[in-house]
Amino acid sequence: MLIDPVTLVVALIIASTPVLLAAIGELVVEKTGVLNLGVEGMMIVGAVTGFIVAVETGSVTLAYLAGMAGGMVLSALFAILTQVLLSNQVATGLALTLFGIGLAALLGVGYPGSTPPRVPDIFPQALQDIPIAGPILFGHSAMIYLAVMLVATVWYVLQHTRTGLILRAVGESHDAAHALGYKVIRIRILAILFGGACAGLGGAFLSVARVQNWIEGMTVGAGWIALALVVFASWKPWRVLFGAYLFGGISALQLRLQAAEVNVPVALLDSSPYVVTIIVLVLISSDRARAALNAPASLGKVFHASG
Amino acid sequence: MKLTRRVLTATALATGLVAGSAIAQDDPFTVGFIHVGSTGDMGWTFTHDQGRIALDEHFGDAVETVVAESVAEGADAERVMTQMILGGADMIVATSFGFGPAVNAVAGRFPDVYFEHATGYLREHPNVSTYDARFYEGRAVMGHIAGHMTESNIIGYIASYPIPSVIQGINSAYLHATQVNPDVEFRVIWANTWFDPAIEADAAQALIDEGADVIFQHTDSTAPHAVAQEAGAFAFGQANDMSQFAPAPRISAIVDNWGPYYIERAQAAMDGTWEQTAAWQGLSEDRILIGEISEAVPEEVRASAMALRDSIASGEYHPFTGPINQQDGTPWLAEGETPEDGPLAGMGFFVEGLTVELGN
Repeated sequence: MLIDPVTLVVALIIASTPVLLAAIGELVVEKTGVLNLGVEGMMIVGAVTGFIVAVETGSVTLAYLAGMAGGMVLSALFAILTQVLLSNQVATGLALTLFGIGLAALLGVGYPGSTPPRVPDIFPQALQDIPIAGPILFGHSAMIYLAVMLVATVWYVLQHTRTGLILRAVGESHDAAHALGYKVIRIRILAILFGGACAGLGGAFLSVARVQNWIEGMTVGAGWIALALVVFASWKPWRVLFGAYLFGGISALQLRLQAAEVNVPVALLDSSPYVVTIIVLVLISSDRARAALNAPASLGKVFHASG
Repeated sequence: MKLTRRVLTATALATGLVAGSAIAQDDPFTVGFIHVGSTGDMGWTFTHDQGRIALDEHFGDAVETVVAESVAEGADAERVMTQMILGGADMIVATSFGFGPAVNAVAGRFPDVYFEHATGYLREHPNVSTYDARFYEGRAVMGHIAGHMTESNIIGYIASYPIPSVIQGINSAYLHATQVNPDVEFRVIWANTWFDPAIEADAAQALIDEGADVIFQHTDSTAPHAVAQEAGAFAFGQANDMSQFAPAPRISAIVDNWGPYYIERAQAAMDGTWEQTAAWQGLSEDRILIGEISEAVPEEVRASAMALRDSIASGEYHPFTGPINQQDGTPWLAEGETPEDGPLAGMGFFVEGLTVELGN
């Protein structure tokens, strides 16, 4: 039996969105020169706070806002530790992930098995019934479209606005930006909070819309995939979108190949999302001189105004 | 890893005190549980923790339990078990297959401590027992229901890893689905994980997109149920009843029931009658239970499924009763023949009619 491309595309879009949201937030954080390895922790806290609010209030919008707030609170902790107390970003980020997973488990006690409200589709049924284009373009909940719009916005702001220029300047050379009078620490803290909100939103989408349940440890590495995507996409927003859809697409495809009983070794299918995504993104960023230019020069470096 | 110590409050003692009052006064018998997953998974580890709670409640003050969750299989497990024993544990219950080598290594160093290892097969020291449940008996009943309930005649199966207990489950479900509906086809996806809600949901969606309208799962989360609900397909609870999805999509469940086993073993250890065993119990010992079959299932199917359950529980019928051929057509069981426990426990092939291949 052949794989139905329409359901495949629908599945890949939904499967990719949590990772996409987290990755686009992390991209902005890294563009300002901060490496926050706590994405997984922020995602899972967003997943649990979003789910709790969804169950308690019955509102999907409030749930997403709560997920963003949850991720932001955790990222604020990271911001204070790394930007004010000048702790090591790698170690702090890793600790943030461990802390987030534990905190989420604690907050979520009693919630596994609760039923969240249904996430509404935003387009009328008539549009969704259009063959092929209907389910692919109009068959989703609002967050799917917001995620794509977020990518476009991040791209536009970073590439075409003064704000973007300042953000990038802080990431390329915090000393130069500081000398020009930009508040390096303040800008970085805001970027970190934005990243936290995005990761939390990704987590909330996962628990409220995709899995529709809170289960301890449910992100199972999605945050790490988001981090990897940012690097392989060489810090370019549209490539993050492409990478996320590619990863989600191959994941969805390999499950469908198994269901359709195509004779390919399972181990190969299972590893294919990782292998294909890495190969493709390495190929498109293979011009080493240009790729190196994309990595923010001050990434992961501690800034102190007296230096 | 979280280590929590739970001491019962005085109010919970009323019923339990009778059982073990002789040693209840000063030094409670301490049982340490180590899990690979979290007790909040609503599946495998959750049901083991329910067993622990039953143990606690049964003995009251006489037994104290200690829990370590999310312990990695390997050296870390050795460290956690050693720590528990030095902290006073008299019995260790390890609830994942992969803890086997660590359990035996620690058991060699502490010959006075009793070890119970779920789904394991390594018993290198006289103080190590293994225990398992005959999940395939439950799968037979689920397969029977699935064969009746499918309209597309395509049944989806989300499998974890190609190990004997999973293979037994697929075979048993398939044999009993085709028994009532010879046109049934099984589509199996190897998720290569015990627990990943996102992948489990994707796998369920992929099976539904391929036309499946009944979904089995041998993975631990409820994610496939949420997908099935949306698509109007049916599913079965795994390890835990998952009754929040009843009456549909969850139409029945295989429920693990470890409490009585833990109570029996702790009692034996306290009495000094504990002996090394390799327990493999099923429906007849209530080690697994059939979750309530919901009203989404027609009355006569509910009745025939329960009749099947009863005939397995009474020992009258074995879910693997010949004639059964292996996938490649070689005969496995002759007419009326049933397998020995040894070869069945190591089952590594599919039965004739299944088109799935062994993963890896």
